[in-house]
Amino acid sequence: MNPLKLFGTGRREQSRDTVGAQRHTVISGEVDVSHGPILYLENVTVSFDGFKALNELTLYIDDGELRCIIGPNGAGKTTMMDVITGKTRPDSGTAFFGQTMDLTRMSEYEIASVGIGRKFQKPTVFPRHTVFENLELAMRADKRVWPSLWGRLDGQQRDRITEVLETVMLTGQQALRAAELSHGQKQWLEIGMLLMQDPRVLLVDEPIAGMTHQETERTAELLTGLAGSRSVVVVEHDMAFVRSIARKVTVLHEGHVLAEGNMDEVQNHPAVIEVYLGG
Amino acid sequence: MPSKGLLLRILEHDTGGKIFLSLLAVVAVLVSVLNLAVPEGSPLHVSTYTVTLLGKYLCYALLAVALDLVWGYCGILSLGHAAFFALGGYCMGMYLMRQVGDRGVYGNPDLPDFMVFLNWTELPWYWFGFDQFWFTMLMVMLVPGVLALVFGWLAFRSRVTGVYLSIITQALTFALMLAFFRNEMGFGGNNGLTDFKELLGFNLQNDVTRVGLFLISALTLAVAYFVARYVVNSKLGRVVVAVRDAEDRARFIGYKVESFKLWIFVFSAMLAGLAGALYVPQVGIINPSEFSPLNSIELVVWVAVGGCGTLYGAVLGALLVNFAKTYFTGALPEVWLFALGTLFVVVTLFLPHGLVGLLKRRRKKATLNEAPT
Repeated sequence: MNPLKLFGTGRREQSRDTVGAQRHTVISGEVDVSHGPILYLENVTVSFDGFKALNELTLYIDDGELRCIIGPNGAGKTTMMDVITGKTRPDSGTAFFGQTMDLTRMSEYEIASVGIGRKFQKPTVFPRHTVFENLELAMRADKRVWPSLWGRLDGQQRDRITEVLETVMLTGQQALRAAELSHGQKQWLEIGMLLMQDPRVLLVDEPIAGMTHQETERTAELLTGLAGSRSVVVVEHDMAFVRSIARKVTVLHEGHVLAEGNMDEVQNHPAVIEVYLGG
Repeated sequence: MPSKGLLLRILEHDTGGKIFLSLLAVVAVLVSVLNLAVPEGSPLHVSTYTVTLLGKYLCYALLAVALDLVWGYCGILSLGHAAFFALGGYCMGMYLMRQVGDRGVYGNPDLPDFMVFLNWTELPWYWFGFDQFWFTMLMVMLVPGVLALVFGWLAFRSRVTGVYLSIITQALTFALMLAFFRNEMGFGGNNGLTDFKELLGFNLQNDVTRVGLFLISALTLAVAYFVARYVVNSKLGRVVVAVRDAEDRARFIGYKVESFKLWIFVFSAMLAGLAGALYVPQVGIINPSEFSPLNSIELVVWVAVGGCGTLYGAVLGALLVNFAKTYFTGALPEVWLFALGTLFVVVTLFLPHGLVGLLKRRRKKATLNEAPT
């Protein structure tokens, strides 16, 4: 697959239009979103030693939407991301990427390479690599062994890294080891790595933990800017932040969806009030 | 033939490597000249015994570089790496046995002495081809490589990591040692393979052959160093370090972690096999004790003392510890194992980055002191 094929938002819109025109061919490695949703989770159950982390969870994420997922601790938010990214296999239920790709049968690296990127709750970067190298490693490219041995960065790829360095405001730090960054900068670097992967779906777990007010605002700007050309799923505890970016919010509770809608609908939902305020 | 520019580019930012390779070149030339051109009896003469000893050290250094690739860069602490070294050594030993021909004690032109002694009438199938040098050299790399491939594929696919992986590598080398001790295996059992006569027609007892083997060891070490440096400088090298530091993260950005681990493991095993093959003609024997678990642990100590994750640190550690070993086992034989144990504890506690780390820290401090305030 041409690594540059999915670069840039304009081209992607175009390809979506042609799919929308009912040209329904299955292309291997290409996600089929002709019915609207890009992620389909249906009746997913995951239990750990009898505890049901996910309980018949059914959730659809539309192509290009920005979805916030909230819920108390233990509601299953992280487990849901684990199922989507292949880290955890569901006991029952299905998880599909587009119409055709069965995520429960794919391994982590395959899921990543078809276009699902993930940012962890705790910022996870490669501490001994420089900021630049972190971005280079994340870049959408042929990630098999032999091409990695012979491959060299070309000008276009360097430009892309420079561009992302600017977006995440780490241009001055590109030669620093990632371990030397502040917590907020590490969060940014991880977001940058996510951008380098150029995924169709971004799963973002608590992106603003440890960020200053300005950094938070900038994150909100960035995430809302990405939506439209990509789907963005944000798990976050900070309600003010969720309110500032959310169009559609899903409340998870005890492993299934409690309520779904815009922020106001969700906040006035009786079941949500009961869970959050204890009745 | 790589251009000069390429070699220099590989060594960019590798001051330690430049120093090591220059020293290696100087020592290799100097030792050869002082052995061959300076007459015996002159105080400047270097004995053939010393030449062979140095050649042996260089093989150890190559083995240490191999371990550093998997341990220092990929975080796989293999406690069975001496097994790959011994397998390479056995391949070379088989070739040297076939070279003996009918000059053995029993004068059998086809069978090595130990087979005649066991009343075997024909050569086992796995000995075929080892009368050819090119086939032997192929096997020297392939046998350890294939073992590493099968073993690594099983282990990495099941996501065996950390101390568990170390334990099963240790079990691997132990199992091989027991197997090679058996006479029925056809590798000379307890006694191993020895009484070699010549290599490619060169008499192994000759000074010139000895110096030649020493020089080839030095050259192989240098070439292996360049190749290893190229690998760790490549994107593959950065992925391998990424796997060491944050395996899950590497997976979630789309790298098939198992393949990278397997690649570096197999590459390292091949280098170790090569080291073993160079070692055997110089020491004149290969037997199952080379598989002994202690050897693999000693190897880890060399790399830890030198400083892992730098390549030249592994070379430094292998040379220093083996010099010390030669000295101590001669002067105070009962002290050596205690000294080795203490060394490992001290290095682990006080020098997490080995001697190389210590030197780097010193230099950093010195530059800080010199810097104008």
